[in-house]
Amino acid sequence: MDKMPAWADAVLVPLISLLLAAFLSALVILAIGESPVEAFSLMVEGALMRSSGWGYTLYYATNFMFTGLAVSVAFHARMFNIGGEGQAMLGGLGVALVCLYIPWPHWSLALMAASVGAATFGALWALIPAYLQAKRGSHIVITTIMFNFIAAALLNYILVNLLRPMGAMDPATARFPEAVTLPTFQDMFSTAAEPMFRGAPANVSFFIAVLACVAVWLLIWRTRLGYEIRAFGHSDTAARYAGISPVKITVVAMLISGGLAGMMAINVTMGEAERLIMNATEGAGFIGIAVALMGRSHPLGVFLAAILFGFLYQGGAELALWTNIPRELIVVIQALVILFTGALDNMVRMPLERVFLALRRSPKTTSPVQKAAE
Amino acid sequence: MSTAPAIELKGISKAFGPVQANKDISICVMPGTIHGIIGENGAGKSTLMSILYGFYKADSGDIFISGKKTEIPDSQAAISVGIGMVFQHFKLVQNFTVLENIILGAEEGRLLRPSLSKARGVLKSLAEEYELSVDPDALVENLSVGHQQRVEILKALYRQAEILILDEPTGVLTPAEADHLFRILEGLRAQGKTIVLITHKLREIMEITDTVSVMRRGEMTATVRTSETSPDKLAELMVGRKVLLRVDKKPATPGANVLEIENLHEFGENGVERLKGVSLNVRAGEILGIAGVAGNGQSELLEVLGGYADATGTVRMNGVPLDLAGRNSNGQSRRARGIGHVPEDRQHEGLIMDYAAWENAVFGYHRDPAWQSGILMNNAAIRADASGKMDRFDVRPPNPKLAARNFSGGNQQKIVLAREIERNPDLLLIGQPTRGVDIGAIEFIHQQIIALRDAGKAILLVSVELDEIFALSDRIAVMFDGHIMGFRDPSETNERELGLMMAGITGEAAA
Repeated sequence: MDKMPAWADAVLVPLISLLLAAFLSALVILAIGESPVEAFSLMVEGALMRSSGWGYTLYYATNFMFTGLAVSVAFHARMFNIGGEGQAMLGGLGVALVCLYIPWPHWSLALMAASVGAATFGALWALIPAYLQAKRGSHIVITTIMFNFIAAALLNYILVNLLRPMGAMDPATARFPEAVTLPTFQDMFSTAAEPMFRGAPANVSFFIAVLACVAVWLLIWRTRLGYEIRAFGHSDTAARYAGISPVKITVVAMLISGGLAGMMAINVTMGEAERLIMNATEGAGFIGIAVALMGRSHPLGVFLAAILFGFLYQGGAELALWTNIPRELIVVIQALVILFTGALDNMVRMPLERVFLALRRSPKTTSPVQKAAE
Repeated sequence: MSTAPAIELKGISKAFGPVQANKDISICVMPGTIHGIIGENGAGKSTLMSILYGFYKADSGDIFISGKKTEIPDSQAAISVGIGMVFQHFKLVQNFTVLENIILGAEEGRLLRPSLSKARGVLKSLAEEYELSVDPDALVENLSVGHQQRVEILKALYRQAEILILDEPTGVLTPAEADHLFRILEGLRAQGKTIVLITHKLREIMEITDTVSVMRRGEMTATVRTSETSPDKLAELMVGRKVLLRVDKKPATPGANVLEIENLHEFGENGVERLKGVSLNVRAGEILGIAGVAGNGQSELLEVLGGYADATGTVRMNGVPLDLAGRNSNGQSRRARGIGHVPEDRQHEGLIMDYAAWENAVFGYHRDPAWQSGILMNNAAIRADASGKMDRFDVRPPNPKLAARNFSGGNQQKIVLAREIERNPDLLLIGQPTRGVDIGAIEFIHQQIIALRDAGKAILLVSVELDEIFALSDRIAVMFDGHIMGFRDPSETNERELGLMMAGITGEAAA
């Protein structure tokens, strides 16, 4: 029998973890002499109360959805893809090549092609670690994390030596042509009377991310490939018995994972920066791990967790802007959330399971024997 | 003065979450006796012994050792009051010598040499006293299973155990080794030691114990003198109803060869040859039983035939050779050729424990076009089919949405059997069909296997339980060290002859 109801597992555990993280963060803010209540209201104000705040929150959330889904898909095949960062960097390269070297008549066509380019480059960057894992047994955690560094170095080289326009000083490509500029939320939702999402970077790729959530849900729970990926993830010996090729599943799952991570680039590179720069990913590949953990590797969970982390990112930026709370402390707060929702999951789960067991047992098992014994 | 019981448990209860593993158990074991505890898997035998050995703490109840109320919070405490435990899976350091294993955890001081030389002396006297001879300087990894078990017993005796608990001690032994173990136990009893023997084998209980306690669903249903009971009565107490210990079956009417194996060789991952030229055949409408001590190549034979271990040699299915390596040697291609497989280890191979029953009901056959609709899987059809299977194979509870791990061993096995048998395979490979399965379900599973045979299918059965081999097989092959030692007709052989063959002594020499 399950130890606790599904709703408790999906909602209560992350919620309590989050409250614990918030409580500790409050203590930290108190310790440096600021008011946690004020800080929190500032975060909510800045990230959720204005449409431009939402525009930033959802922009960050778009990144985290892609990288969170990437980590989730690999998790289902019991692989830990820490290489989302590198795969997203290479995805950026794919986007840049598609946008710079092909003349597009309309942004929608460019978006489709750029998505394919981003996914392809991200997937190919994941292919090498996947192949090494499947054929040589090199641990995917080690190889993917090393590939992050290689990706950064490779991208640096390409930007400085190959893609940098003549005379430019910073390692970045030229600005993408006007035709591939993606419509932002401001373009889409503002009316003449009521401007919305002013200046915010959220753009049409948010909807691609939502579509990706649906697609991953279908893939994992409704297709034969998903069935095999989950089977392999739960038990590689059983998968072997059933004739599911471990090499195939390892490689395919990592290709999908890398592709999703790569697609993050359509948001940052095509939607926001409109040129490929160094460090465009800003650690979103790693946040994806926390998002996947908190979202229980379920696309709906990933969607919600991504929005939460988007809020933390945007709220944190507001704090840095309006208070004396240093930027580093905001990173501490984000780290606390990651720590509690991801790493310390069992700390909340185990006592909670015990509570539920006790609740369930108390009404019916006070048998006559036990009563007599008391 | 009457002697106090060696072990007395009063009102022991233990719950794991909603599962009541032990319910108000009281038991009394007199010193110098062998006390059997028998019960189905999951009846709570191991939990009870774990409480006695300090692994779990009872929710309520008291433990008395030699008449004194004793708290046993951990295994150190258990050892200090003279309890020794021999686990089903040995807890030995493989690359230590026997002597080093014996003193492990009982070293006296920072230097090893004094402890080692003391242990050597003690070991020598123990060996003489109880027929427990083991080479003290041999590495454990080079010892046979029977000898490793002796090391475990010696470890307990070295720690001055007066009470020895053995958990399913004969599961991995040949009949001859089991006989030897029983002689050792009788010797220990003669010296006044108290022995608790946990087993699910009725024969062993009848053979060696003085008293026997029967457990069912966490409760102690009876404690009787062994001389005053019978296997049928015990089985009834275990299951709670009358049980057929023998399966009724008609003589086989074998047809043409379905499976032919010639000179099959298999090398493990580290290059060790585990099948050394196996040749056999299975005909339509017969059950070929492969007897042998675990680890003599039976598992590898099933793996090769099931398509997930590479091999060399010839295997023909209905006269057409099978690929034994490469792209066309996998579980999928084997199934396509009409080979069904109930694997030995249902928890790690036959089922995905976290998958719902309905997902497991097509596992391995999930690529069948019947279960697809477009690019998606037709989950509704799979669920409906699973419901029917669970109904026909009497899987309880009949809830296809429940994860496999929430079913009992017997019901898990029924899910696997339903899946494999209802595909109507020409050849069914079955490994340990009733391992970890309760007696009630064994009856049903045996009937299903025989029904499949009567439907004219070929069945290759691997089991380490000789009783099962005798109950089901139409022919018996004995495996030892990767070889087939010989074939026997079950009506013309006996356990003694098979036991010798299982130990590597050829049929001719044994006769």
